[in-house]
Amino acid sequence: MSTGNMNLTLKVWRQKNNNTKGALVDYKLAGISPDMSFLEMFDVLNEDLITKGEEPVVFDHDCREGICGMCSMFINGRPHGPKDLVTTCQLHMRSFKDGDTIVVEPWRAAAFPVVKDLTVDRSAFDRVIAAGGFISVNTGNAQDANNLPIPKMQADAAFEAAACIGCGACVATCKNASAMLFVSAKISQLALLPQGQPERYRRVQSMVAQMDAEGFGNCTNTGACEAECPKGISLENIARMNRDFASAKFISEETV
Amino acid sequence: MSDINSNIPEGELTSKWTKFKSSVPLVNPSNKRTIEVIIVGSGLAGASAAATLAEMGYKVKCFCFQDSPRRAHSIAAQGGINAAKNYQNDGDSTYRLFYDTIKGGDYRAREANVHRLAEVSANIIDQCVAQGVPLAREYGGLLDNRSFGGTQVQRTFYAAGQTGQQLLLGAYSALERQIGMGKVEMYTRHEMLEVVKIDGKARGIIARNLITGEIERHFGHAVVLGTGGYGNVFYLSTNAMGSNVTAAWKAHKQGAYFANPCYTQIHPTCIPVSGDHQSKLTLMSESLRNDGRIWVPKKKDDNRKASEIPEDERDYYLERRYPAFGNLVPRDVASRAAKERCDAGYGVGASKLAVYLDFKANTERYGRIEASKSGIHNPNKETCMRLGTAVIKEKYGNLFDMYAQITGENPYETPMRIYPAVHYTMGGLWVDYNLMTSVPGLYCTGEANFSDHGANRLGASALMQGLADGYFVLPYTIGAYLSKEISVKAIPTDHPAFVEAEERAVGILNTLINIKGTKSVDHFHKRLGHIMWEKCGMARNEKGLNEAIEEIRALRAEFWSNVRVPGIVGELNPELEKAGRVADFIELGELMCIDALNRNESCGGHFREEYQTEEGEALRDDENYAYVAAWEFKEGVNFELHKEELKFENIKVAQRSYK
Repeated sequence: MSTGNMNLTLKVWRQKNNNTKGALVDYKLAGISPDMSFLEMFDVLNEDLITKGEEPVVFDHDCREGICGMCSMFINGRPHGPKDLVTTCQLHMRSFKDGDTIVVEPWRAAAFPVVKDLTVDRSAFDRVIAAGGFISVNTGNAQDANNLPIPKMQADAAFEAAACIGCGACVATCKNASAMLFVSAKISQLALLPQGQPERYRRVQSMVAQMDAEGFGNCTNTGACEAECPKGISLENIARMNRDFASAKFISEETV
Repeated sequence: MSDINSNIPEGELTSKWTKFKSSVPLVNPSNKRTIEVIIVGSGLAGASAAATLAEMGYKVKCFCFQDSPRRAHSIAAQGGINAAKNYQNDGDSTYRLFYDTIKGGDYRAREANVHRLAEVSANIIDQCVAQGVPLAREYGGLLDNRSFGGTQVQRTFYAAGQTGQQLLLGAYSALERQIGMGKVEMYTRHEMLEVVKIDGKARGIIARNLITGEIERHFGHAVVLGTGGYGNVFYLSTNAMGSNVTAAWKAHKQGAYFANPCYTQIHPTCIPVSGDHQSKLTLMSESLRNDGRIWVPKKKDDNRKASEIPEDERDYYLERRYPAFGNLVPRDVASRAAKERCDAGYGVGASKLAVYLDFKANTERYGRIEASKSGIHNPNKETCMRLGTAVIKEKYGNLFDMYAQITGENPYETPMRIYPAVHYTMGGLWVDYNLMTSVPGLYCTGEANFSDHGANRLGASALMQGLADGYFVLPYTIGAYLSKEISVKAIPTDHPAFVEAEERAVGILNTLINIKGTKSVDHFHKRLGHIMWEKCGMARNEKGLNEAIEEIRALRAEFWSNVRVPGIVGELNPELEKAGRVADFIELGELMCIDALNRNESCGGHFREEYQTEEGEALRDDENYAYVAAWEFKEGVNFELHKEELKFENIKVAQRSYK
């Protein structure tokens, strides 16, 4: 089926479910094309396994164009593999060499338990957003959009923070399994916009509290999250979140 | 002629919706608290409806198959969202958006629905901005717009090439807010497998917990499907891998009519197929046609590099054939024109199934403007290109990066190679004006329904429709039904109808697992896709469609006797999920061909080779086919046609022209 000529050795994490122990299993693959995406290479592997009557590898993926944030492979010790600013689904086999051995593991963090093989449970992120990652405006109450001019620089900065896809690479790569880049991106997006001001200090406190409750670690300013983020979310967001969090303790009349 | 009732309110087109809203029966707050609504799907149409209904006080359960509602495929929409704001002072109005959408849909959409869509379009932008969606702005701080195909005004709002992402995250945050307040119960990694009907009304669903494999029963006074389109029937499409028709198809089998299944949108600007391993196709946003010029060489089989082909040997065929709209003709027109050039032997690239999308001229033009802004007079070409590239990068940076990543080529230096690919499906479950299907209490919103785009959807209108349905239409129209249900107590899920529906669902899962054949699910999916693309794709004809129907029937028989699904039902089993979806795609594929065969005309995305003008444009037959084809499922995969006549009272029906 494939048309290429790359030969690869894969070491893939296999784990039946959260109650069993997992292990790396070796697979040999031949005839891989450099034009394939990393996930298409896994399709080839799975087709092989199914044909041989073995269980295919379970991995998360959906849009395969780098925006849904579902794919989540830890490849040769890096989330989303060796290339900067791409997700696993956008990584192509031309980034590897014939004869390579590639180690593929799931995201590893206490707050992201393994579900099966390379699939983990990232619902902690949803709960952090539910704790305050929004502006409380019901449908139907909005004024005309252009009644609120927002300086372009500010709108652009909010957009850059909002580009986060919630994949969890920041957590996976952090030695403390900290979710601060993810949480601060949402806090920053809303803190940079005038619409986000009324709930600004309440928001930062609720979201940080939920982040801690989920078991994510703290930030020790290593910067691996920023380096590995497929969307280039900046570490500055964490600084902004910390400032807001500290300010909230002094100036907010609301307590959470 | 119509044998189904679309429940369009009486009165003038422009006042129907206002009157409806002020006369629709209401449900009082204490009753809302006891009424349960099930929403399947968490994309723009599902998440917005779930959040809004919960804000109004209903008890909501929302289901999605992904691990988070934020991952629904609306997230991948790139270019923008239309709204009749007239912020650019270019003559836009509700009527013009209505007119463009009806015309763009090749006069096969329902006037009343489309006008309502145009009316609420402006509210969507207001709502999203209030939620903190960072739409693109100008230096004055006001919202920016760009052009999309099939219009002559700038009414498209956007957030770089990630508009869908930003709008979905807005709806997702509204949804999460309600989840946090306990007003929405969210079921992620759940797939709907059956609709439960009691006394003819939709009263719940059967869902499979995809992690444990457990089958669950859920009651609702009403059920809303916002489950997206069925483009993956073609195997290769721009849809996400998980996008599927299963929820809609199960509803169809329980009595919901399926309307206009043959109306498929083939998007003109996608990255061409690179090999057999291909699992999906990637769109390059239509917004690129604002600044990209499409061309092929004038000489057949020209193997020179794009940069070596001089200007006078290039055929800018869209500008040549459609001078009024040029590169911004609607998608169906642009796709067919690309196919025509490639079929005639003028295609480019290794496969010869591609055309160029070239940004050079506009890069230089932008560069000249930038140079002038910084006081550089008579800039040389190099300066222009350098400054212009920065502008292009700001507008489309993420798309250019994506292109480079996938193809290994640098689109800032060489033109992109593009080819049409399956992108969107205009057909879907038939709904009336209230967005209710032919099953009482079962609603359908967004791409999953058929209602607003006729035979061809205009760019940037899918986001508009999804959010219109979810934020502003369904929350009102569902009240008309629920106001009559206030005395119905929650029905226990040990009711025989739940038991029976669960047995149906479990029966299918067990059958699939126990076939233990020799071919994978993907094997069958690819073969189905091949048949659909070759015989029910960009161009169809009677002979091909008849062949396709036979081939699909044979494929169905083979699937049910020879598919191999590893593992067991009671665990996370993606192959089992895919098998169920492909089984439904195979039945749908047959219906699409039957519908295409029935429609002896060409319109929008449905191009029957037998029906074209001398110039190769789609030739409609308004006398015989100005109707919605709504198909009823019959025992043994048979279908009965019902017709809803389309009346055009406010728009003059004409041969669509973009010349």
